[in-house]
Amino acid sequence: MTGNEAIAEGAIQAGCDFYAGYPITPQNELTAYMAKEMPRKTRVFIQAESEIAAINMVFGAAAAGARAMTSSSSPGISLKQEGISYLAGAQLPAVIVNIMRGGPGLGNIMPSQADYFQATRGGGHGDYHCPVLAPSSVQEAYDLMFLSFELADKYRNPVMILGDGMLGQMMEPLCVRRSAFGVRRYKKPWALTGCRGRRPNVVKSFFIREGDLETFNLLLQKKYHTIRREEQRWEGLFLEDARVVVVAYGTMARIAKSAVVNLRKAGRRVGLIRPVTLWPFPVEAFENSVKLKAQSAKRPRYLVLEMSYGQMVEDVKLTLNGRATIEFLGRSGGGVPGEREIEKQILKLLS
Amino acid sequence: MKNKQKNFAQSRSLRNISTHYCPGCGHGIAHRLIAETIDELGIREKVIAVAPVGCAVIAYDYWDFDCSEAAHGRAMAVATAIKRVRPQNIVFTYQGDGDLAAIGTNETIHAANRGENISVVFINNAIYGMTGGQMAPTTLLGQKTATTLSGRDARLQGHPLKISEMLAVLPGVKFVERVSLHSPQEVMKTKKAVHQIFKNQIDNLGFSLVEILSPCPTYWGISPKGALEWIRDVMSKEFPLGRIK
Repeated sequence: MTGNEAIAEGAIQAGCDFYAGYPITPQNELTAYMAKEMPRKTRVFIQAESEIAAINMVFGAAAAGARAMTSSSSPGISLKQEGISYLAGAQLPAVIVNIMRGGPGLGNIMPSQADYFQATRGGGHGDYHCPVLAPSSVQEAYDLMFLSFELADKYRNPVMILGDGMLGQMMEPLCVRRSAFGVRRYKKPWALTGCRGRRPNVVKSFFIREGDLETFNLLLQKKYHTIRREEQRWEGLFLEDARVVVVAYGTMARIAKSAVVNLRKAGRRVGLIRPVTLWPFPVEAFENSVKLKAQSAKRPRYLVLEMSYGQMVEDVKLTLNGRATIEFLGRSGGGVPGEREIEKQILKLLS
Repeated sequence: MKNKQKNFAQSRSLRNISTHYCPGCGHGIAHRLIAETIDELGIREKVIAVAPVGCAVIAYDYWDFDCSEAAHGRAMAVATAIKRVRPQNIVFTYQGDGDLAAIGTNETIHAANRGENISVVFINNAIYGMTGGQMAPTTLLGQKTATTLSGRDARLQGHPLKISEMLAVLPGVKFVERVSLHSPQEVMKTKKAVHQIFKNQIDNLGFSLVEILSPCPTYWGISPKGALEWIRDVMSKEFPLGRIK
């Protein structure tokens, strides 16, 4: 199965009731899979007239209490930003999948990680965040769909899956399994269902009275604080005695992992941190690793790898805040740093 | 006399608070007609409204039933999804000319073309009210606005957009009628048309829209009474009243 199809199947298994999407490469297999499978399960599939319509349909479906989702690729995700801001502002749960391609502008259809800033900083207008999950294999792409709907409902907030064209198109064996925590169905007393036996519900992000919006923003900040504390996820590899720690996510992390494993076999002390949540950024992973290294005499070194010209590296710098030497290697516009290139860079840092 | 008193009672679907609308504005009348219709059809507990961006943005503060906000122009995309997810509910949008026929034209045309089984109340007052009286897609030729200082000029700004006529040619559209609020008789006709678009949805007949010519004395720069006369004498010549489909 391709990564795109695995995401679609994962969403269906996770109880996605509603999907709206618009064609864009390299995520079309996802929409096609939903078109085939959603009606079979008497769930809703709509091919929207635009990316903007699709995200606003997701808004409507979420407001009506459904587990709702859309998917797209970079330029399409830019178009959806207003809608994502409204989802955050109305505290509606939804899942948005971005299978990134090269940019800026129309760019190309090659894999890229250049939308990191857009995904982790909010993307649309206003002071908001979406939890961002970055799978690095077809199986993980499937598995993270359960978590994405869970987090969306738990925090009443849009959640983003950040993949790239390589992950979307890549074929790997997939185990269609249930999630460890099952599919929890949250009660949604705020949803629009008709006001039978209760006071009317209103879904909105508009606060015109002076002071109301500030109060509401403080409530959102409290929620983001909880998410930062509770939901950091990452994979760590060989961190105990690593002198150089490589940092990479998604497709880039697969290549980084090969390089790290190769060098370990040759006895080199190198490790890997692979953030699974990009927001919240897994600060804990870095705190743990920098503490380990503080015991050694040498200044800790990190090598950040990205399919961009340096976006996540800013979060690594903010996290380590001058406590380590941070190097960066990245390519963009469809370029992907290769295994040899990475190994060479690591060896340079080890010497 | 008894009957009359009943007619002028407070609608169950309308909250007993005063609105923020300007003197002589049509929104209050349109809100009430919708509320009365919902009461008469006994569907208050099934209704889900989608409010626009524009002067009627806080319509949900006045209506007493479930209501969603929508981003500017996106009401019909939001309504489409609500109706698909909850087909047993009665879903309607309430949108102005800028919302429905400028920034949201794409959503409007495609919701109509899909034949979504929703009801649409389209308030045409030929102006952007909320933002201070700029040209709307439905602004008349020669009409002065904050952005057409010497009047709308067809060579520069095109002609008033007749979106209702455009929608009427789509096979997915069941019902389109243009009505007006410029006299008590016309208000009664408006009520009938509003009733019809909700009835059509209950009967699963598909996309139904009523366009209501509505006064905006503030940004037309005329008195409330003059505004009603302007609809009768000028606006309804450009936008002829009656059943379009």
